[in-house]
Amino acid sequence: MAVEFEPIVGRYFTVTLSGRACRIYVEEAGQGIPLLCLHTAGSDGRQYRHLMTDPAVTEHFRVIAFDLPWHGKSNPPAGFHDEEYRLTTTTYTEAILAVAEALELDRPALIGCSMGGRIVLHLAAHHADRFRALIGVECADHQTSWYDTSWLNRPDVHGGEVCAAMVSGLVAPQSPDEYRWETLWGYMQSGPGVFKGDLYFYREDSDFRDRTPLIDTTTCPLYLLTGEYDYSCTPEDTERTAAGIPGAEAVIMKEQGHFPMSENPARFREYVLPVLDKIRRAG
Amino acid sequence: MTGDEVAAVLAGLPALVNGREPLVNRGRFFSGEFLVEADTVPIHVKVVEGRIAAVETGPFRMRAWRFAVRAEAQAWARFWEPMPEPGYHDVIAMCRLGVARLDGDLQPLMANLRYVKEVLASPRGTLGGR
Repeated sequence: MAVEFEPIVGRYFTVTLSGRACRIYVEEAGQGIPLLCLHTAGSDGRQYRHLMTDPAVTEHFRVIAFDLPWHGKSNPPAGFHDEEYRLTTTTYTEAILAVAEALELDRPALIGCSMGGRIVLHLAAHHADRFRALIGVECADHQTSWYDTSWLNRPDVHGGEVCAAMVSGLVAPQSPDEYRWETLWGYMQSGPGVFKGDLYFYREDSDFRDRTPLIDTTTCPLYLLTGEYDYSCTPEDTERTAAGIPGAEAVIMKEQGHFPMSENPARFREYVLPVLDKIRRAG
Repeated sequence: MTGDEVAAVLAGLPALVNGREPLVNRGRFFSGEFLVEADTVPIHVKVVEGRIAAVETGPFRMRAWRFAVRAEAQAWARFWEPMPEPGYHDVIAMCRLGVARLDGDLQPLMANLRYVKEVLASPRGTLGGR
C-alpha cells in the first residue's frame, strides 16, 4: 500500500551569513504568493506544519518555513563548539533577507511569531520594500526582562526540560493536548543554549519603540495577532504597539497562547485566513 | 479563599500526587522541602523521590526549605479554577503578572520545574463548584 505523503517538501541549501557558510533546512508547500514563516525562539519551522497542510492556505500561498542556523535541522556553523550563540537584530535580519534572496522570493508575505513577530517590526521599519505584507504573531515593540535566562543553560538543570517547563504556561489551557505537547517537544529538542541565545535578541537587543514611528503601513500592510493567554507578549503589549502604528491591524485571539499556529491550529486558521485573504486580494 | 483554605487544599496533595505514577516518576530525582505561601499562611511541603511525604501548615518557629512559591490566597483560588483566566493559568504566569513570586534557592525548582508546576496545579478542577 502506498503511503500518503503530506504535501510538505524539505530541502537543504547553503547560504553565507556573517561571513560563514550556513546549511539551512527549508520546508515548503503550496503555490502562489510566497509566505515566509519565522519560528519562535528555541524552536524550529515545524511549528508551521499545519499551515502547510491546509488547502485553504496552500491553494493561494507558497508557504515556506526555514530553520534558523542552530535550530531544527539547520546545523550551527563550523566552530560553534567554542562560542556562545547569541541572536541579534543584525544577524536575524541578515538571515531573513539572505534566505528570501537565495530562494528568489518576489516580495514575499512574511509571518513571524514571538521573536519572529518582534523582528517583523524592524523589517516593517527598514525593509518594507522587500515584503508585500507582514504578519506579527505575538508581536510587541519591546519586552522587559522578567526572569533570569541563565537558568536555561547550565549544567545542573536539564536544558530541554527547563525550556519546555518555562514556556509550558504560554500554551493556552484550551489548546488540545496533542498540539500542546508537540509544541513543547520543539523546546525539549532545542540545542543547549539556543533558546537562551534567541532570548538575547528578544530581551536585550530588540527594543523597537524607537522605530515603530518609522513604519508606513501604506508601503507594507502590518497585521498583529496575539493570544489572550500570552503572558510573554501580552494582549496589552500588542495593542499598545499597534496604537503607535497608523494602519496596523491588531486582533486579540481568544483561547490562544504564545504559539497559535502550532498549539491550536484549528483556532488559528479562524484568525489568520482572513488576514491571508486580505493579502491575496491586495495582490 | 483564605490562606487557611489554601492550606486545606494543599493538605490534599499526597492524595492528588502520590497515586499519579507518571507525575511521581517525573519527580523521582527530587527529594527536598519547599514552602508555599498563601497571604501570610506558610505551608511546608516535603517531597521524597517524587512522592509528597508531608504537608504541614505553619506558623513555624524553625523550618528549613529550599525554595518558596508565594502568592495571594485569592490568586491560588483563581489558579485552581477548572479553566483559569489568563495570567492565573500557570505559576510562572502569576509571577509575570506580579501576583506570585519565587524565593530561595531556585536550582531544585528549575531542575524539577515541570514536576513542581504540576504538583501545584494538581488541585485544579477538584475543588467542587469553583
